[in-house]
Amino acid sequence: MSAILPPSERLWWKQPIAGQEWAWIGIAFVWAMIMFVMMVYWHINGKQNLSNEVYKTTTEMFQAKTDAFVKENTIRTETDQQIPVVKPNDKGEAFLLARLWSWYPILELEAGKTYKIHLSAVDYNHGFSLQPTNINIQVIPGYEHVVKMTPTKAGTYAIVCNEYCGIGHHTMLGRIYVK
Amino acid sequence: MATTYRTCPRTGLQFDLDADKLMRWNAVAGVLWLLVGGITALLVILTRWPAIKLLPADQFYLILTAHGIDMLILWIIFFEMAVLYFASSTLLRCRLATPWLGWVQFWLMVVGGIMTNIAIFQGGSSVMFTSYVPMQAAPHFYLGIILFAVGALIGTAVFFGTLVVAKRDKTYVGSLPLVTFGAMTAAIIAVFTIASGAAILIPTFFWSMGWIKEIDAQLYRMVWWALGHSSQQINVAAHVSIWYLVAAVAFGAKPLSEKVSRFAFLLYILFLQLASAHHLLSDPGMSAEWKVLNTSYFMYFAVLASMIHGFTVPGAIEAAQRKKGFNNGLFEWLRKAPWGNPVFSGMFISLVGFGFIGGISGVVLGTEQINMLMHNTFYVPGHFHATVVVGTTLAFMSITYLLVPTLFKREMLFPKLCQIQPYLYGISMTVLSLVMMGAGTLGVSRRHWDMAFSGAPFQYEWPGSAYLMMGLTGIFGVIAVIGGGLWIGLVVLSLLFGKKLDGGATSDKPTPIPDQSAAASASHTGSQDHVGVPGTVVLAVTLLVCFVLYYFVNWKYLSEVWGLS
Repeated sequence: MSAILPPSERLWWKQPIAGQEWAWIGIAFVWAMIMFVMMVYWHINGKQNLSNEVYKTTTEMFQAKTDAFVKENTIRTETDQQIPVVKPNDKGEAFLLARLWSWYPILELEAGKTYKIHLSAVDYNHGFSLQPTNINIQVIPGYEHVVKMTPTKAGTYAIVCNEYCGIGHHTMLGRIYVK
Repeated sequence: MATTYRTCPRTGLQFDLDADKLMRWNAVAGVLWLLVGGITALLVILTRWPAIKLLPADQFYLILTAHGIDMLILWIIFFEMAVLYFASSTLLRCRLATPWLGWVQFWLMVVGGIMTNIAIFQGGSSVMFTSYVPMQAAPHFYLGIILFAVGALIGTAVFFGTLVVAKRDKTYVGSLPLVTFGAMTAAIIAVFTIASGAAILIPTFFWSMGWIKEIDAQLYRMVWWALGHSSQQINVAAHVSIWYLVAAVAFGAKPLSEKVSRFAFLLYILFLQLASAHHLLSDPGMSAEWKVLNTSYFMYFAVLASMIHGFTVPGAIEAAQRKKGFNNGLFEWLRKAPWGNPVFSGMFISLVGFGFIGGISGVVLGTEQINMLMHNTFYVPGHFHATVVVGTTLAFMSITYLLVPTLFKREMLFPKLCQIQPYLYGISMTVLSLVMMGAGTLGVSRRHWDMAFSGAPFQYEWPGSAYLMMGLTGIFGVIAVIGGGLWIGLVVLSLLFGKKLDGGATSDKPTPIPDQSAAASASHTGSQDHVGVPGTVVLAVTLLVCFVLYYFVNWKYLSEVWGLS
């Protein structure tokens, strides 16, 4: 019962380490370094990195920017709630606002084109979960996150809210069209 | 002040009767919270099982909040207090420092736990375990957690005090036993964790009282997770210590190398607290550099530590078994292990499940870019049910089969059921973790009442395989609840009705640890009768192969989603 007794050798730190242990420590260390380098490598050569472009904002400011974006670029409305479908202009700037309990507005994008999507929430934390492609980004009130996205395939995508935001959380479903 | 000791006639362990009582009360309080957590678990599962969908949305979120708090905080930390007192006072064979402070610890944690639960069950605090601002809970929700945390902090102080007492009274010679060293690691991480918790929950409490106007939502997440994730690192240090403890008790196993195992614990202290970053990888507020450095626990040094323990724990068992003559082939030592002893079987399932499922999924989930595939999906609870439940809870359950006769002086009832329980619980929970991760990989959200989105302006239909995974989650979740309930039933019935055992002779003087006892002076690395551990090498390499394959498969998945920059 020795792991529950003091080390039998007083100078345990002077005991040699067996070859098998050294080998495993070495392998594990190399693997750790590979995993570390992999993240850095992906920043240089990968095509899926989360943007670092972030601004502090306020509810009013972000609401106003989104409203201006919607007013300028709406191409039609959908559903009984008259949700605007907005096609960003040639500069590719788009706003997507998360609130209790909707994603506003609906975006219409083109495959292969790169957009700067400004994400923020105006009340609680929300979760941007793009399905079925499965991209998940946290959306936090007070922070305007400018994410560059390049849709790859045409289709109708859903934005599920995947950060718990109260009783209507499950009804918070948004939409992105990719033409 | 007179301290009385008894020496357990079966194990030779010596208990300070004050510590003895504190351990028992803390363990029992933990088990009662596990019961509450288990009932809420069942309700959560039956609601997320699409074919059943038991609770309405408001009750579901309330119950889910209670499940998180009662399991992750109350059950585990109460039990950990017992572990700390055991690893200090009992293993070092000394008196517990300031037992009255121990009772302050206990009652503060009881009061805090009940207060938070009252807040939750009143209905106004369904904010989840994480309680992200600006969603607000009732003030006593936060206050309860604060009181509980103060209690836990006092518990760690009693632990450190006891280490000092043992040193001063010279109850042991040389260095701390490895298990005590591991428990000390847990206690040090606990102090950091609780300090972080205080730094965020006290202002949040003030905010809920209206004394502070606003708390930054991103800042909250960062500091809160220094509590939330680091507290899980206390669990890692605690259950790894229990693995070593079980290896020692069940096999007389000696660490392969004191130096390696202690160094691995030291790496935990140095790097585990960076884990707050794991929850912020898809957040706006931190830079990519910050995320890469912190999520990797500074270049994966804490992962390295876990990989070392994952080698040295089974390695110690293998070495001990080989010395007993189980030398045939690679795995005779493992085949001939006491699989019918729940102390061992639970510990070994905990080790394998934590390493293969919890560990690998955790590192993949905690990779900066890959996190975007899984953040806030059902993958996340899948991962931590493999770490905190298969890893920590099952380790605590297995050690309890030892503690009931030793500490509570009762024989376990229904030994056959005791034998089955770790398998039933461990395997169902492992499968549950896997199917939860499967559902998460398909995108299914965590903390979500209705995957059919009833009442939404649009429709989105999850793939059929996602419904299949959620159905399997339901089935294996229910089996796991049965396995956990069985453990609670066995323990409670044994405590009440099990055959009373002799507590051993009492004395008002402690007997110190004998210097260089026969058991302690077993062979060490480099000595003549040192044995190799080829079976463990094979196990470790298998782990690595699974790890590498799964890691790169996920990079492949990532490369297929929309371009992001």
